[in-house]
Amino acid sequence: MSVLVVVEPDEGGDGLSVVSQETLTFARQLPGDGVSAVLVDAVGEPDDSVLTHCREHGVDALYVTDDERLQRYAALAWARVVGAAAEASGAAYLIAGGTARGNEILAHAAAVLEAPMATNVVSIAQPEPLEVERQVAGGAVLERVALTGEPAIASVAGHALAPEPAQAPGQARVERVTAELADADRAAQVVRLEEREGGDTSALTGANVVVGAGRGVGGAEQFADVEALAARLGGAVGVSRVVTSLGWRPHHEQVGQTGSRIAPDLYLACGISGAIQHWAGCSSSKTIIAVNTDAEAPMVTKARYAVIGDMHEVIPAVLEELG
Amino acid sequence: MTDVLVCVKRVPDTSGEVVLTADGDAVDGRYAGWTMSAHEECAVEIAAGVAGDSGGSVTVLTLGDEDSVEQLRAALAVGAGEAVRIDARADDYGPADVAGAIAEVARAREAAGQGFGLILVGNDAADTGDHQVGIRLAHLLGRPVVAGAQEVTAADDRLEVRVGTASGTEVYDVPMPAVLTVLEGGVEPRYPNISGRMKAKKAQIEVVEPGVAPQGSGRLGLRVLPPPESNVEVLGEGAAAAPSLVAVLREIGVVR
Ligand SMILES: Cc1cc2nc3c(=O)[nH]c(=O)nc-3n(C[C@H](O)[C@H](O)[C@H](O)COP(=O)(O)OP(=O)(O)OC[C@H]3O[C@@H](n4cnc5c(N)ncnc54)[C@H](O)[C@@H]3O)c2cc1C
Ligand SMILES: Nc1ncnc2c1ncn2[C@@H]1O[C@H](COP(=O)(O)O)[C@@H](O)[C@H]1O
Repeated sequence: MSVLVVVEPDEGGDGLSVVSQETLTFARQLPGDGVSAVLVDAVGEPDDSVLTHCREHGVDALYVTDDERLQRYAALAWARVVGAAAEASGAAYLIAGGTARGNEILAHAAAVLEAPMATNVVSIAQPEPLEVERQVAGGAVLERVALTGEPAIASVAGHALAPEPAQAPGQARVERVTAELADADRAAQVVRLEEREGGDTSALTGANVVVGAGRGVGGAEQFADVEALAARLGGAVGVSRVVTSLGWRPHHEQVGQTGSRIAPDLYLACGISGAIQHWAGCSSSKTIIAVNTDAEAPMVTKARYAVIGDMHEVIPAVLEELG
Repeated sequence: MTDVLVCVKRVPDTSGEVVLTADGDAVDGRYAGWTMSAHEECAVEIAAGVAGDSGGSVTVLTLGDEDSVEQLRAALAVGAGEAVRIDARADDYGPADVAGAIAEVARAREAAGQGFGLILVGNDAADTGDHQVGIRLAHLLGRPVVAGAQEVTAADDRLEVRVGTASGTEVYDVPMPAVLTVLEGGVEPRYPNISGRMKAKKAQIEVVEPGVAPQGSGRLGLRVLPPPESNVEVLGEGAAAAPSLVAVLREIGVVR
């Protein structure tokens, strides 16, 4: 009755991703008798920082692969690796973070095992038989579902809970798994990675400060003060979908249900109404400050602090105050 | 020539307030209205592009009740030429069931000599967000699948598929026939013009029986979280609030 967690390395090379740490925290609440992990999207000897996080999170065994054919990402091939680890560990639960990779690899595993799967789970409603609550409709609604598969397969909504170290550290024993790979398992494989010009935008999901900008900005040409404030605070710019739909900013800056989920120390949301789909991506921020002309906007009423007024007057004044 | 099947789902528009049905079993779309997911609007656009470039056709499919014809017509108005409705109550179907029912339609077409070289679905449906239909469908049909496709070009029975990630773009090169799950952000869905609307209004919609008996999604019930009580502290109005805002930034430690 063990739990197997699919974990991903941190983009910046610092151990496991934050979502993977959250997912391990969630997995320890399941009624299994021990947590193992399988490292995806990384081939060969795991970094020390990965092992440190695994130990902290009570991981007994960390399954890794040495298969060089996986250097370039192929979801189905990784699902085979996960399947091999599930078999080796006798997993009764197969859990991943609700990231693009996590959901994709799990869905392949679920298809191979012909087992049901629940995405975006936030809590365990009942351990046995297992019932969980998951976010649906962009986070506006919680759905209670019975999770009957063997193994039970679920992804955990990003930032639904905070990562906490385990009470007793784990051994994080490294175990190598080999999966039989057919050519068809790599028919859909990344052939090329094009780095984004202007550098790294994992800046957004990893940033301590995000300055958010919505339709209230007024136009593509009016981001100078938003960018200046983000730079001054050492943070990143995040935007609403209206902003990307209007073509003012690229989609990878979008925060929300169909964009990125962020959890910075500060989210300064300027000219954003705070629709549920946007809130789904920013609600885990530690402190939210809204700047909005409308004191009744949901972003304002849900925020911890607010300034009522025109963002293009407030931001320059803040920049001046910061010196 | 690539014939494309694009699958869309009728979902309640939850941009506004969300209301549940009396039995708490479903989201009530009567107040907010109904729509298709944003990802699927992009999938229709990609379908029109791929089929148009190659002289192929676009068929739009939904599994849903009679009302879901609205979403089929919306797709017909912006580039789909044919529409199929699998007559069923979508809420009774889990993602594996939906994939099974779509696979049946695809196989029947294939057997009739009208196979789809490309099948597009959304990355995840706006209501249930299962992230599964496309991948399960690919397994049922024995096809490769790329999730999160944003831009697609077809040439010589292969697809170049571009997927945005935090650090850049991942490029796939996959053989057809294939399945792609589409994520918004790569293409701009077009608006229907008058002639598109007219055509959509008149189009025949093929209705088929589901080829699978649904196992369901395991749903036990829904609840809407009460809005958190507002504890907002208004720091002031306009530029005059800047000093208090900066004081908060210092207090929470994001500036020293
Ligand atoms: C399936 C689906 C998925 C979605 N996914 C996302 C998503 O991932 N992310 C997302 O953001 N949205 C998403 N949306 C869209 C969402 O419902 C809203 O439409 C969107 O978030 C609104 O963007 P906005 O706040 O910028 O614009 P608006 O709602 O138009 O709000 C603009 C705000 O700016 C304020 N304002 C105007 N001028 C000024 C000024 N000068 N200074 C200060 N304030 C000003 C206004 O008072 C208002 O509150 C999704 C919708 C659907 C249906
Ligand atoms: N009832 C349905 N009818 C047609 N397509 C569907 C249906 N349900 C899901 N899909 C497609 O599958 C995608 C992913 O759905 P899901 O796996 O449920 O998140 C959706 O974006 C649709 O393109």
